[in-house]
Amino acid sequence: MNIPFDATPRRPRRVSQTTVTLAHGGGGTAMRDLIEDVFLETFAGVAHPPAEDQARFDLLALMTLGDRLAFTTDSFVVDPLFFPGGDIGSLAVCGTINDLAVGGARPVALSCAVIIEEGLPVDTLRRIARSMAHAAAEAGVSIVTGDTKVVARGACDKLFVTTTGIGVVRAGLHVGIDRARPGDVVLVNGLLGDHGAAILNARGDLALETTIESDCAPLHDLVATLIAAAPGVRMMRDATRGGVAAVLNELAEASKVGVRIRELDLPIRPEVSGFCEILGLDPLYLANEGKLVVVVPADEAPAALAAWRAHPLGREAIAIGAIVAARPGRVVMETCFGGERIVDMLVGDQLPRIC
Amino acid sequence: MCLGIPGQIVAIADGDATLAVVEISGVRRAVDVACVVDPGQPLETLIGAWVLVHVGFAMSRIDEDEAAATLQILAEIGEADAEIEAMRDSAAAPPLAEKESTPCAS
Amino acid sequence: MRFVTEFRDPAVAARLIREIGTLAARLERGRENPIAVMEVCGGHTHAIFRYGLEGLLPDIIEFVHGPGCPVCVLPMGRVDDCVAIAARPEVIFATFGDAMRVPGSRKSLLQAKADGADVRMVYSPLDALALARRHKDRHVVFFGLGFETTMPATALTVLRAAREGIANFSVFCNHITIIPTLRALLAQPNFGIDGFIGPGHVSMVIGTAPYRFIAEEFGRPLVVAGFEPIDLLQSLLMVLRQLAEGRAAIENQYARVVPEHGNAAALAAVAEVYETRPTFEWRGLGSIADSGVRLRAPYAVFDAERRFAVPDIKVADPAACRCGEVLTGALKPWACAAFGGACTPDTPLGALMVSSEGACAAYHQYGGMRGAA
Repeated sequence: MNIPFDATPRRPRRVSQTTVTLAHGGGGTAMRDLIEDVFLETFAGVAHPPAEDQARFDLLALMTLGDRLAFTTDSFVVDPLFFPGGDIGSLAVCGTINDLAVGGARPVALSCAVIIEEGLPVDTLRRIARSMAHAAAEAGVSIVTGDTKVVARGACDKLFVTTTGIGVVRAGLHVGIDRARPGDVVLVNGLLGDHGAAILNARGDLALETTIESDCAPLHDLVATLIAAAPGVRMMRDATRGGVAAVLNELAEASKVGVRIRELDLPIRPEVSGFCEILGLDPLYLANEGKLVVVVPADEAPAALAAWRAHPLGREAIAIGAIVAARPGRVVMETCFGGERIVDMLVGDQLPRIC
Repeated sequence: MCLGIPGQIVAIADGDATLAVVEISGVRRAVDVACVVDPGQPLETLIGAWVLVHVGFAMSRIDEDEAAATLQILAEIGEADAEIEAMRDSAAAPPLAEKESTPCAS
Repeated sequence: MRFVTEFRDPAVAARLIREIGTLAARLERGRENPIAVMEVCGGHTHAIFRYGLEGLLPDIIEFVHGPGCPVCVLPMGRVDDCVAIAARPEVIFATFGDAMRVPGSRKSLLQAKADGADVRMVYSPLDALALARRHKDRHVVFFGLGFETTMPATALTVLRAAREGIANFSVFCNHITIIPTLRALLAQPNFGIDGFIGPGHVSMVIGTAPYRFIAEEFGRPLVVAGFEPIDLLQSLLMVLRQLAEGRAAIENQYARVVPEHGNAAALAAVAEVYETRPTFEWRGLGSIADSGVRLRAPYAVFDAERRFAVPDIKVADPAACRCGEVLTGALKPWACAAFGGACTPDTPLGALMVSSEGACAAYHQYGGMRGAA
């Protein structure tokens, strides 16, 4: 039996309220409106319609990209939500892309799950969704599935975002934190500490005026450049929480080697330096969101640096040190002064000091 | 508690409240200048001065002449010894390459 | 950075170290009785470790890290008092970052914050006052911590609050003074320190005269030092010169910042706002007479101690703690049985592991490149 359908096209769903309420998480039309209006439409350029409960991928097509599946997840709880150089959205997209990239994987797709605190302005959510879409589009990656929950006031801090990513690892590429050998060289792609300083300053209580911005950026293209120039690359990591110091310490322990870096070679912006001097912070422990720490065989280092310096995200790339056999498990820094000190892991967060 | 850093006063923030803006490597902050202002002089006379900043207060004016004098003494330390050593070395063997010195920028 | 970079020049350092070596050799000491030089300022301890200075000096010179870290010497009982004040719902407790991790008998301020207390980290007491202006329905308590370097900042903030008639602001005053502490140290029997590197930023407030008794009564040289590695090396050289010449005097290496007579405005504010407490407790050293200050009666309304009842219970350090011996140079950090085991920066037993300037924490983190590992 033919049931005549209404010829009027269905109007697009729109959120009418200005703040998110528990109703928007209830599974009913309010939630549908929120998802379509804020997320689906915003991700329309990067998402694969129609919206099912899961995204589906042709395996054979994936296998043309490499021979292993890479799979990672990360939750983002940054405060404040917006900061110079980025926001929780761009951070969530780039962070997960980067976690895939440092394993040698080409990022394929992301999921986006949000937990929204009741009372968050819808406009804030829209801005963040747009930021995510923009970051994903720039990186050539799709946001293909997601989830939306709303919790009561106080049950979360404004907004939490979790992104999970899949990628395909290039055939024959083997990198690992335990693969560094004495004689290898440690490289970074640019100025250290920008993100950590920007976030600390954005929290507002320090009353410092500065132009420091987060370096948040997707690094998979920079990784591709590195692999092409230095196919013997041993390990790659992005230096997020805990900064370069955390990566170097993990590397020293996992590879059972010593790491020796030179303070004079650490690339640090003068403003970040000044910021750190005022607060008594060490830039080695500040987070980065657009920086790689990589280890390459010594004979491949010049080519790696040349390739990076020709890339927009690697202009200030530099060798900061080397892998040595002495003092395995330890990171030692030759100070700008000629002395030596150990760069250890910190207990918790680095706190500004006045002493 | 000792963490203090030299900074340059670049503007007056609030003259009545003895607050000035200090700049350190491009980072700016309002600081209380009650300890460094000359009594009877307007706050504006501080602009351009270098001060030692500790927890939001300018605690001392940096004496540029003293700084230069200290650097001069430092430049002379070991000069006599270094010359003697150099003469001795050049008499005994080919001179050693001097290590390049680059002051820490951080 | 001007006035900083020039004082980190490795070429100058190399020449200073050569001079130091030459002079030290003339003093005819051995590794069994090294030349012991004490620095009393946490900032100096930090700089010594950060730049790896000890590893650059001959073995016959030894730095002994004195009790110059006001965070480290904060008694656990006072931290308990802070936590009690911070727990009050109407209070915003504003503190320097250093103090957040100091353990009390049950918790630190950081843990109190996790438990729901409104504890905020500030860079300056002025920022604490700004919080009071912004949150008129709450009471802001500023944790005033530090030696004479920081006392004027707190005092000037109290005076500012008084001028503006700000009613919802008070100070929990834990400021301590360096001179009684130095006297107490020097009065100890078998105090084997040959000379002192004096606290540069304390001195920019108090000047150099207050240290004269160290030379005149106790025959030790003291050189007031800046905080860059060149400052420390030059000051060490000046101490060694005095020892070589059999002199004991107070000298000022940090003349570019430290005026001989101190800072008049700062001293005036301090005299106006504070009075000396008869005794004050130092973690690891016990009670030292006249070493602490509190707010004078005219400023009682800004005194958190008068406003809020605090437990005020003395809490003893654990028995295994030997901080007192380390502070006076009688014991090396790594020689303490608890070092690195029961006592780590994560689980500090005593004062010197608590903050990153404490000798034990510094050795643990930066690694005694000579002597420890």
